[in-house]
Amino acid sequence: MHDYPGQSATAEQGWLKAHKWLILRRTSQLGLLGLFLLGPIAGIWLVTGNLSASMTLDALPLTDPLLLAQSMLSGSLPVMSGLIGALIVLAFYALVGGRVFCSWVCPVNLVTDFAAELRRRWAIRASGRLSRQLRWWLLGLVLLFPLATGLMAWELVNPVTMMHRGLVFGGLWGMGLAWLVIAAVFLYDLFLVRRGWCRHLCPVGAFYGLIGAGAQIRVTAARREHCDDCMDCFEICPEPQVIKPALKGASLGLGPVIRSQDCTNCGRCIDVCSKDVFRFRLGRGSAVLPAAPASETAAVTAAIRRSSSRQSNRSGNPPISRSSNRSIHLTHSNAGNSANASTNATH
Amino acid sequence: MNRRDFVLGSLRTAAGVGLLGLGLGLYSRQASSLPAWALRPPGALDEDRFNGACIRCGLCVRDCPFEMLHLARLEQPIPTGTPYFIARDAGCEMCEDIPCVVACPTNALDHALTDINDADMGLAIVSDQEACIAFQGLRCEVCYNICPLRDDAITLDLEQNLRSGKHARFIPVVHSEHCTGCGKCEEACILDEAAIKVLPRHLIQGELGKHYRLGWEQQQQAGGALVAPDAEHRYNLPEGMRYEHGGEGLIEDSTPFPSNPLDTLNKP
Repeated sequence: MHDYPGQSATAEQGWLKAHKWLILRRTSQLGLLGLFLLGPIAGIWLVTGNLSASMTLDALPLTDPLLLAQSMLSGSLPVMSGLIGALIVLAFYALVGGRVFCSWVCPVNLVTDFAAELRRRWAIRASGRLSRQLRWWLLGLVLLFPLATGLMAWELVNPVTMMHRGLVFGGLWGMGLAWLVIAAVFLYDLFLVRRGWCRHLCPVGAFYGLIGAGAQIRVTAARREHCDDCMDCFEICPEPQVIKPALKGASLGLGPVIRSQDCTNCGRCIDVCSKDVFRFRLGRGSAVLPAAPASETAAVTAAIRRSSSRQSNRSGNPPISRSSNRSIHLTHSNAGNSANASTNATH
Repeated sequence: MNRRDFVLGSLRTAAGVGLLGLGLGLYSRQASSLPAWALRPPGALDEDRFNGACIRCGLCVRDCPFEMLHLARLEQPIPTGTPYFIARDAGCEMCEDIPCVVACPTNALDHALTDINDADMGLAIVSDQEACIAFQGLRCEVCYNICPLRDDAITLDLEQNLRSGKHARFIPVVHSEHCTGCGKCEEACILDEAAIKVLPRHLIQGELGKHYRLGWEQQQQAGGALVAPDAEHRYNLPEGMRYEHGGEGLIEDSTPFPSNPLDTLNKP
């Protein structure tokens, strides 16, 4: 019945409404790139540097905290401007959602979104199986390298910074062989693993996810009772596992807010849903519905464990202790958020 | 997922990541070596530490008013994304306020560097005396004249031109304690291929053994001989002769022309 996700939303609510967040997101991605390119192309230097570290209007320093962390782990003391820049970035993404970087800023997202779109259009279903935990291992590796060898090894191959740096410092035709790396990411996403780069491998995204674990801007399946199981949101979502507990967890007593740090806040689920199930909200909400009696907490915990068993562990503990950790965390948030949760119920 | 699946899955992931790490580690060793023809901006830490500290943001490149810094691209044999310059293309102009160092958000360009004359980007060397026209006895002195630390980092030493026998040669001599390696001399060298080059200091600078003492310096410091009093050298020369140390050699001790001209004529 569907040719593509968002078809019925487009038909019922118009093209613009069904692409609102996508348009905003592309505007943000291309606009930021444009700001960086304004200097080298037009000589208007509003922003210098690149996503690794930049200086806006000679006043606002911004530094990638992951890169500064690597730099410091290699044994180098930071400079005040770099440190302030990293703190600003940390604070921003901690508030709006870490992986907002991925969907609203990162230039590689343009490539991987394109690959995902082609995958849908060409109906490429085959996909290699890859653990989503790989990105955590890679993040560990990225941080271990400067510590162990004193070299920032990851930056020699990092497609994210390579693409942005290549575009800003070389232009489309001046980025040299970095194109090959970007093309490799594209082809890998297109033919080998669905959403293989951003969802499974990218340690930069994993790091930003970690930053935004407690972010205050979230997508919520506020009208989930209107869901007609068209599956469009799952189809379009770059991290579909985050939707399920929020959208389908009502019977298990789970709250409607998507609380996973993997959610990129891209808003595509809001776009493609013809029933207006999703919307952005302020605040993290609570994991469980207030209606769930205390005696059912264990069942709820088990349910969460089932529905989001792949959810990466925030605390960085070895996976084997994850479930016990999570249940402790839940009982705490249960008690602490009971007031908050009662307001949730009205949504 | 049972325990067996979990352990095996984790092991598989760990093995894959380990292989990846090994590959990246080996590649990083290769990819982190800087070729001698690429120089780092002023204040750069030594190469190994620089490769750990630099976050490849290019702020130094952007803040250089002379646009002589570049960021390395993937296909170049320079650590990807790090800043470099090529002296022959454009040397460092040695700005007094060192904007590149000020812009650096890490200490990859050491913020302790506040006097550009203390910078150490490399060391100039007159690498080809056969090609340098000063050694042919021609007047050039371009490297000397363009040096920001002229008369300190480069001096012209006068030598006799043995070919013509009557001219001087103005030989450029680099002094390692003052040279900052800015590369202006290499940039300005008039030859098709520069005869003076700026290279990483460790590649060209020699070092005297720590135990080594130069006798005349020790003597000067001590104000006299250190082992035994210097004996006055006694020459055993034919009578009436003496040894002239200025280059004349063995000469007669007397005036060349005695007051009586017959003495000269009757000399055996």
